[in-house]
Amino acid sequence: MVELVISGNYAQSYAAKLARVHVVSAYPITPQTSIVEKLAEFVASGELHAEYIKVESEHSALQACISASALGARTYTATSSQGLLLMHELLHWAAGARTPVVMGVVNRAVAPPWSIWTDHTDTVAQRDTGWIQFYGESNQEVLDTTLMAFRLAEHPEVRLPTMVTEDAFYLSHTVEPVDIPSQEEIDRFLPPRERSATLEVGTAMRLGSFTGPDLYMEFRHKIAAAMGRARDVFLEIEDDYARLTGRNHGGPLPTYKVDDADTVLVTMGTATTTAKGVVDAMRADGHKVGLAKLRTFRPFPVQELRELAGGVDRIGVLDRSFTFGAAGAAFTEVAGALYSLPQRPVLRDFVAGLGGRDITATTVREALLDLLTRDGPEAAWVELKRRDGGD
Amino acid sequence: MARLTIPAEELVRSGHSACPGCGATLVMRYLLKGVGNRAIVTVPACCWTVIGTPFPTTALDVPMLDCAFEATGASISGLRAAADQLGLKDVTIVGFAGDGGTVDIGLQALSGMLERRTDGIYVMYDNEAYMNTGVQRSGATPEGAWTTTTPVDEFSRGKLEPKKDIMAIVAAHRPAYAATVNVAFPEDFVKKVQKAKAIKGPRFVHALAPCPPGWRYSSEKTIEIGRLATDTNMFPLYEIEDGVYRITRKLGVAKPVRDYLKTQGRFAHLGETEVAQIQAEVDARWKRLLALETLV
Ligand SMILES: Cc1ncc(C[n+]2csc(CCOP(=O)(O)OP(=O)(O)O)c2C)c(N)n1
Ligand code: SF4
Repeated sequence: MVELVISGNYAQSYAAKLARVHVVSAYPITPQTSIVEKLAEFVASGELHAEYIKVESEHSALQACISASALGARTYTATSSQGLLLMHELLHWAAGARTPVVMGVVNRAVAPPWSIWTDHTDTVAQRDTGWIQFYGESNQEVLDTTLMAFRLAEHPEVRLPTMVTEDAFYLSHTVEPVDIPSQEEIDRFLPPRERSATLEVGTAMRLGSFTGPDLYMEFRHKIAAAMGRARDVFLEIEDDYARLTGRNHGGPLPTYKVDDADTVLVTMGTATTTAKGVVDAMRADGHKVGLAKLRTFRPFPVQELRELAGGVDRIGVLDRSFTFGAAGAAFTEVAGALYSLPQRPVLRDFVAGLGGRDITATTVREALLDLLTRDGPEAAWVELKRRDGGD
Repeated sequence: MARLTIPAEELVRSGHSACPGCGATLVMRYLLKGVGNRAIVTVPACCWTVIGTPFPTTALDVPMLDCAFEATGASISGLRAAADQLGLKDVTIVGFAGDGGTVDIGLQALSGMLERRTDGIYVMYDNEAYMNTGVQRSGATPEGAWTTTTPVDEFSRGKLEPKKDIMAIVAAHRPAYAATVNVAFPEDFVKKVQKAKAIKGPRFVHALAPCPPGWRYSSEKTIEIGRLATDTNMFPLYEIEDGVYRITRKLGVAKPVRDYLKTQGRFAHLGETEVAQIQAEVDARWKRLLALETLV
């Protein structure tokens, strides 16, 4: 193991290299590009023996990975924002054809107006595509999760494409010390992909076929079941990874100071780190507040949330996206997960940090204070600037 | 006279679900005869999605991978990359797409694959419209043809624009090999595919695939109409190898395009002036092709 001071983007590149991917497809978009640039360097220097396909669009980037994966290759690509949106159709293809592609996504706002900064709209908009989704909080977590993502995606009981996301610039371009496991360690953790359920030369078989109303639902149900198993399989993988590296990032819903908390804020991505500081400060003032981080958005940690909600009075959700005409995506998911509980905590939705607006300690503090004092699920747009006469 | 033969091995199974007289099915059949059984065929949305038969059956004795409508070129590149990495060096990667999926929505991915110099064969079977969705015009629909989106009525005379010249677009990418083939000339077809198979790099095959319901003729006439397409110079047979053009079927005097047009309902509304206009267009294209052949 060596420690390098690297960006979240390079953490992705190193993970893909350690995973010994066979095929990388690459198309640039800020702030993702340095991921695939680094991989190009690895291939150019011979550190990574992979096919590096310089495609002409993100749409082709994903199709190339899907097709390569269908033949049994381990594949990786990365994108962001508009690039991810262009892939949308192919995201469904990857999951539907059960090709375990792994993709790095740098969360970036969606245009217009053009914005290259952090926002989760791009990935939460893909929640119905059948992809497993991880949200990273640190560069170390990004590297570790990407390595685990390959094993999870390829697990015979899962076999689903997986994305590991990181917040634009907060992680993608900020450097921090990252422990890089050795190739030998990762070779033990992540053996070569086994080739079952892939195309076989010389064999009459069709993958990604068409079907009628008599079977389509069963295909979908298999994906649903695989998503259902992904949680337990991931917990096993994470244990294994922890034995190897000593690092465990806490499963799908890591929590912070929730044991005696009566009020909990749910966060995603880098806002969590800021929120931890606020929780510490508010606890010093006597507030029993805590945090829960949505590390996986798909599968959604319903079980963990219900357990958490059983013991608290109030839950706030900090959303870095907004689903127009409804609420923040994380909020609606949390509300949906908790609705069947006989005793439900008060829920509030806070929309903050869109388009890269900093989620500061003040932002989080205001949200938590609001959560402590007010009821009602309407989305509160935190720190919104308003023009006179405007809305 | 020596009788030319084509390989007897069939890699298209019986029981597929094409319309009777389907040219697209013959394209797949002759293609696989030429390529052999160490092939992987990737197919986007098109008639072949259905012809290939539903899960859990398949119409091919080689593996078939469905891909997105506009992504055939990328699918070929992905399969090639995986095959190379996994040591499957002797595999021929074939993309098999309709004209719509090639000259329109899939043009970008095709261009990407050609520019990347992917070692694979892209086959476009040309039935000159979007047939799978019910005969709408494509960029490959010929001028004057009726389709459901270029109807014939008081203010509409069928498709207004000439057929997109996909071979010229492909040629501009300098592929390793490109050829036109026609199901009415199976020997030439298979010979060209065998030649393509032996060449490395990006290869393109433009196959004419007459379509009885889309072109409005009765299903036993597919081969007759296919022959007429070439013998009227509507669909000349030629190949481009390393940038050098070679016409592979050249007639002393071509038949008038009228002979071809009158065989199909989709052209039935055309008057003398319109036919003359199409003839002029065909003559001009033929002249250009002859000129290209002399260029080295
Ligand atoms: C993105 C997308 N747009 C539209 C369609 C609907 N669609 C399926 S097949 C097809 C037409 C295919 O035409 P062509 O490529 O010429 O092949 P043919 O059906 O004639 O065999 C269309 C429009 C689709 N599947 N995907
Ligand atoms: S519509 Fe035309 S191309 Fe499609 S299956 Fe029928 S004959 Fe073949």
